[in-house]
Amino acid sequence: MEMKYKTENRQLTITLTGELDHHAAKDLMDSIDRCMEQNLPTKTLLDLGGLTFMDSSGIAVVLRAKRRMEALSGTLVVVNIPRQASRVLETAGLGRYVDLV
Amino acid sequence: MKTKCTNYITLEFLSHSANEGFARGAVACFAAQLDPTLEELGDIKTAVSEAVTNAIVHAYPDRLGKIVIKARILEENVLELSVRDWGRGIADVEKARQPLFSTGGEERSGMGFTIMESFMDRLTVRSQEGKGTRVTMRRRIQPRRAVQ
Ligand SMILES: Nc1ncnc2c1ncn2[C@@H]1O[C@H](COP(=O)(O)OP(=O)(O)O)[C@@H](O)[C@H]1O
Ligand SMILES: [Mg+2]
Repeated sequence: MEMKYKTENRQLTITLTGELDHHAAKDLMDSIDRCMEQNLPTKTLLDLGGLTFMDSSGIAVVLRAKRRMEALSGTLVVVNIPRQASRVLETAGLGRYVDLV
Repeated sequence: MKTKCTNYITLEFLSHSANEGFARGAVACFAAQLDPTLEELGDIKTAVSEAVTNAIVHAYPDRLGKIVIKARILEENVLELSVRDWGRGIADVEKARQPLFSTGGEERSGMGFTIMESFMDRLTVRSQEGKGTRVTMRRRIQPRRAVQ
């Protein structure tokens, strides 16, 4: 699991590649938290395009990122969701809480 | 229900979270002989990942323990998986299977059983407090005709 990010005009783009499971989620949550605290974005794009696998641990990661952005009075949008990850997010009904593009 | 088994594997490993990827990968390799689509394979990997993660996180919250996966190929292209642990068990299985129910923290979503149930054709959970849990799942792989 690899995480990269870039910022432009307080828009943060976080790009994930690899497999997002419980093993990867622990460190990833911390990295995303730190990244948001340092950059104080008003909008975050979470780009899942490089994920080759995601299980329900990813749901917790997305929900936490969403709550962090709300705490900053900002927004979170999840983009480029691969098919397998999208089946997981849809089964959880996550579209009701988070913008999935 | 026909249960004649034509092939099987058994995997035993310690409940290190680093083994999650190994477990779903190994099962996917075994399932490949049923000629699944990528989507079917993704469903199987996801279900295995959920069951194994539960054993790692919930069955053995403060120690390492043994996890055993059995994968069997049954008649009519059916894959049967069982994931077993000897951990703390589940007091109320019906409640645990409800969407959003979780005894884990902010790290968990409570959607593991819901995903296993909807990605597989059948899910049974047998558990005894203090003794352990066995999750058994079945999924029929659609037979595919060779395309000319
Ligand atoms: N192997 C297990 N051993 C003990 N408890 C378990 C096991 N699997 C599941 N559980 C219990 O069932 C609950 C629901 O599991 P699940 O739907 O996967 O959600 P989550 O793992 O996100 O909590 C868990 O929070 C836990 O209390
Ligand atoms: Mg779970």
